[in-house]
Amino acid sequence: MAGLETTTPGGYLLVLAILLPLAGIVVSFTPGGRHAERIALYSTPFGFALALAIAFCVGRAGKPIVYTIGGLPPPLGIALRADGISAVMLIAAAVIVTAAAFYARAKFATPDGVRESRGPMTFWIMLQAIWAALAIIFVGGDLFNLYVALELLTFAAVPLVCIDGRPETLAAALRYLLFALFGSISYLLGVALFYGAHGTLDISLLAQRVQATPVVWTAASLMTAGLLAKTALFPVHLWLPPAHANAPAAASAVLSGLVVKGSFFLTLRLWFYVLPALPTDNIAAVLGWLGSAAVIVGSIIALRQARLKLLIAYSTVAQIGYLFLVFPLAAGAQTWSAIGWSAGLMQVLAHAFAKAAMFFSAGLLAEALGHDQIAKLGGAARALPLTFLTIALAGLSLMGLPPSGGFSAKWLMLQASIASGQWLWTIPILAGSLLAAGYVWRILAPALSEGQVSLESLPKRSQELIALALTIIALALGFAPQTFFDFLELGRPVVAGQS
Amino acid sequence: MTPSVLAGLVGASLVGLGLYGLILHPHPLRKLLAFNLIGNGVFLVFGIVARRGAAAGFRFDPVPQAMVITGIVVAFAASALAVALILRLSAEGNRVTLDPNAWTRPNDGDAK
Repeated sequence: MAGLETTTPGGYLLVLAILLPLAGIVVSFTPGGRHAERIALYSTPFGFALALAIAFCVGRAGKPIVYTIGGLPPPLGIALRADGISAVMLIAAAVIVTAAAFYARAKFATPDGVRESRGPMTFWIMLQAIWAALAIIFVGGDLFNLYVALELLTFAAVPLVCIDGRPETLAAALRYLLFALFGSISYLLGVALFYGAHGTLDISLLAQRVQATPVVWTAASLMTAGLLAKTALFPVHLWLPPAHANAPAAASAVLSGLVVKGSFFLTLRLWFYVLPALPTDNIAAVLGWLGSAAVIVGSIIALRQARLKLLIAYSTVAQIGYLFLVFPLAAGAQTWSAIGWSAGLMQVLAHAFAKAAMFFSAGLLAEALGHDQIAKLGGAARALPLTFLTIALAGLSLMGLPPSGGFSAKWLMLQASIASGQWLWTIPILAGSLLAAGYVWRILAPALSEGQVSLESLPKRSQELIALALTIIALALGFAPQTFFDFLELGRPVVAGQS
Repeated sequence: MTPSVLAGLVGASLVGLGLYGLILHPHPLRKLLAFNLIGNGVFLVFGIVARRGAAAGFRFDPVPQAMVITGIVVAFAASALAVALILRLSAEGNRVTLDPNAWTRPNDGDAK
């Protein structure tokens, strides 16, 4: 048969990108103890190099690279595919995981004189597990395979929330797990219906076969509902703030920056890759409205928080809302939908880096001051200048002030909404920026004002620099050239002639 | 009523009952059991889907059955993780609740 896919040059890189962290987990278990930390740290440069190599192959080929597992093409076998967005997300994941690993060395080093201790062992293994699950999510080409990856991601993320075992973290983790389980079972039911209706779960084969039948709509709605619960879109965001605010800072950064993006990425795959042929205007509008509500409600609740980490967690709820504006703004094959698409992906990346940096800084702050009550931050900026510089610069990106990735994302969103005549979306975009400015000001204003704080310990300079480096990436995204946005379009199936 | 329709209806009602329990019962253990009910309903739907392979000349389609087995393993792992969390939570105090504010002490200011 002519239409069957085969492995393309460089396809084996996709397998390596998944196998590297998985092998790391297995090897970490075997010698155990402090070796787990070393293995996680040593594997990060290799993972980064692999992600770059995949991006290079995709860019050179100008189309997605494919690996058919066991040489069996779909529908019989399972394909791994990497397109523009997969490659970019793999790089982002590698950078943030690397940063989190080096940041976490101070807190999760195995103490001297102990062969193995529980917290560090869990952290290093779960960090690699999150990385592996994300790699599968970014390159997976089969909806059921992606279900398993989604579950792996949850099972790796939940223990990170309750790693220090305090009862409130256990409750937050359990709440997170129950929401996630609802999400995954709903997704699985959708998968069953898709298979029943079309006999395949391969993304590109399904895209050719789907029609606007009731069963397809039901399956897509179930899967979307499940993915929304995992992405914490308003109104199913309730689990996120306690979970992300109670986790250790290194874990919070990965959870907020990457883990919620995993399920968002699958939502994009579902609507733009499996169902591009369907008239999705109404669904896109619903997702856009939910996103807008998340922007407004999340920001307002963030404004009212007394604790810094909770404020940042609610800001995540708000920033996730922006992501969902991509559905109305990038729909169809208009000239503006490319702008909307670039905007959505830019928001994913800018938020990932800025929010990771913000959580890192909040962790340093809490460690240095012994608390993270915003009201008691008076004068703290003078004691911790580098940390507050990072918070301010990351805040710049969250607000969407130039030059930053956040500015590019919001500017492109505004352009897309005006070009498409959907000017209503400009209201939440602008209001969200204003509210973000409000909550960033709430952190900075007391810190820059008069006052004395007593430091319990000085933060490590290396940790401060890691946070600052991530912020600089978030700002540098604002200078992304057009080739970068063209790269994001690689492999995106756009249905020509649909209005 | 053919067996497929009957199985489909049972699957649907299991999912419905489970969803009801998951949303309305406050206790985490009951929520977990409700999740398992939903899971069983979904696996039943997979079972019906597997019968469609009969049209291609097989007695059944093995792919959905493989998926059910994977799904059961995943659901088992999820339940084990949830039970472990519930046990730890009940060891910490005599109340098991999902309310994150239930443990917040008045002077709680640290964020680690």
